[in-house]
Amino acid sequence: MTTFVEPPGPPPLAEGGRRPRHILLQRARRSPTLIIGAAISLTLVLVAVLAPLISPYSPDHQDLYNILSGFSSKHLFGTDELGRDELSRLIWATRTDLRVGFLAVIFPFCFGSVVGTLAGYRGGWLDTVVMRAVDVLIAFPFYVLVIALIFVVGTGTTGIYVAFAVVDWVVYARAVRSTTLVVRESDYVAAARTGGLPDSRILLRHVLPNTITQAVVYLTNDVVLVIVAVVTLGYLGLGVQPPTPDWGTMISDGQEFLTTYWALSTLPGIAVLVTGLGLSLLGDGLADVMRPQ
Amino acid sequence: MSSALLQVRDLTVSVGRGERRYVAVRDVGFEVPAGGSLGVVGESGSGKSLTLRALMALLPRGVRAERGVVELAGEALPFTGPGARRARRGRLAMVFQDPLSGLDPVYTVGTQVAEVPRRVLGASAAASRRRAVELLRMVGMPDPEQRAHAFPHQLSGGMRQRVLIAMALASEPKVLLCDEPTTALDVTVQAQVLELLDDLRRRLGVAVVFVSHDLAVVRQVADELAVMYTGRVVETGPATEVLGHPAHPYTLGLLEAVVDLDDTAHAPQAIPGALPDLAHVPSGCPFHPRCRFASDDCALSDPGFRYLGDGDADRGTACKYPERVMAG
Repeated sequence: MTTFVEPPGPPPLAEGGRRPRHILLQRARRSPTLIIGAAISLTLVLVAVLAPLISPYSPDHQDLYNILSGFSSKHLFGTDELGRDELSRLIWATRTDLRVGFLAVIFPFCFGSVVGTLAGYRGGWLDTVVMRAVDVLIAFPFYVLVIALIFVVGTGTTGIYVAFAVVDWVVYARAVRSTTLVVRESDYVAAARTGGLPDSRILLRHVLPNTITQAVVYLTNDVVLVIVAVVTLGYLGLGVQPPTPDWGTMISDGQEFLTTYWALSTLPGIAVLVTGLGLSLLGDGLADVMRPQ
Repeated sequence: MSSALLQVRDLTVSVGRGERRYVAVRDVGFEVPAGGSLGVVGESGSGKSLTLRALMALLPRGVRAERGVVELAGEALPFTGPGARRARRGRLAMVFQDPLSGLDPVYTVGTQVAEVPRRVLGASAAASRRRAVELLRMVGMPDPEQRAHAFPHQLSGGMRQRVLIAMALASEPKVLLCDEPTTALDVTVQAQVLELLDDLRRRLGVAVVFVSHDLAVVRQVADELAVMYTGRVVETGPATEVLGHPAHPYTLGLLEAVVDLDDTAHAPQAIPGALPDLAHVPSGCPFHPRCRFASDDCALSDPGFRYLGDGDADRGTACKYPERVMAG
């Protein structure tokens, strides 16, 4: 990338304009949606990263004298039927679910964006093949396809990664392809062509930067979707396998005691809710801020 | 004749396939000498922009150059394939109509002007950056060192158009193709851009092909004129001749339709009827249903294009009765 070295002296300001990075920062400061979303998301990430430091017990430690203890000073949120500390398991589950959620969208994001860009820019048979594949995958209900794939690959995190890799890229491919179609016909792409720039450079430098924002904004929404899906699969016993702590399995394990020890299922449910809310707000805020002038 | 730098013969461009195919540009020909300027005039849909895009090998999907030759300094340029762009590189450049969509919103204008010197001509980062500033200065950008750091949305329309011209000049072309470069601009800025183009032509010796629907604009920049109607060239000749004594009723109609603020006696006259759909061009002379000079035989056979013999070989018309038109 060729960026010009800033000349010495005051930074250049053209017609009252500022460099866009500053504009983005300024807009971000004025968006409460973004700030609240970012605060919640950041807290969750911190909890996940610092899990070994802040959790009072190991998530697998069994206090067999205090099974199903209920709220107490020793176990703040009580213990489950195996005497494991609920708070510690919640904290460690944050780590598991966030990690699986984020890792599961990386491949679909990259692959979908690349395929969508190529299909939109090249057109022809490539576009036809890719878009028919997208149609086929979209025709199936999301969970039906994911669960079927997990049965084929095997339960657990590997199954989740493979299933999402196969199913989830289509949304990115669609979004990026349609913006690529618009950008491809723009005069600045034509200008780059007439200037004699190679296709690869036009794609990477002029098409992708103008189409990728959509995919990035969708990414934050997709992470929510995928985390909820991971929790759902865990609840169904198809996702993260015990004893690794995961909100889905926690909800499922706690539901037998719902009438007596409601916290065991409810607290992980609230954790999912807060995570979803935080990331959604972050996504909406980002979409507002990154909307082109 | 062979002294022309850019020569176009029998250029025919069609849109669509099979049943829905129609010809949008038919047998268009013209030539431009080195350092010369040609104005191509016509209404929207007359095929002038497609002609330019065909020259530049930038035809949209589904649009094909079926026939015709484009020669640059005696060498024929292919219309498609990887050779098409290579043959034009550094020789033909285009200035686009819309100064905002012609610039990539995510880069500073300096980066964009420097891109061709850096990536295509192989200059160093520092040299291409200097070249960008030099080009911006050449197109009359005030304070080019600072403005190179501006993003397109921070510049006014006229400034953006100057940047587009600088970008086109970056490849050091012999011919500059301008697709209505002043249409999106205010009249005062228009005049500045036209002066700039004229100035560049004189200083750098680039030939300019200028497409416009605006006669006043074309009069200012073009030595030679080609008037287009329904995809055909209907009249050619030196600009002053064509505009002073039109030999085709369509040119006359265009002139009469111009609002002249000094002339309060003659109200502008609209050409009766509308531009025909290109898929259903009238038989014979395509202009005959709208022509007040037309005879019955105008509907029967295509008049063809012929040169007027009055000492000026360039002067040509596609009218059977140019003397009627010239008599008014």
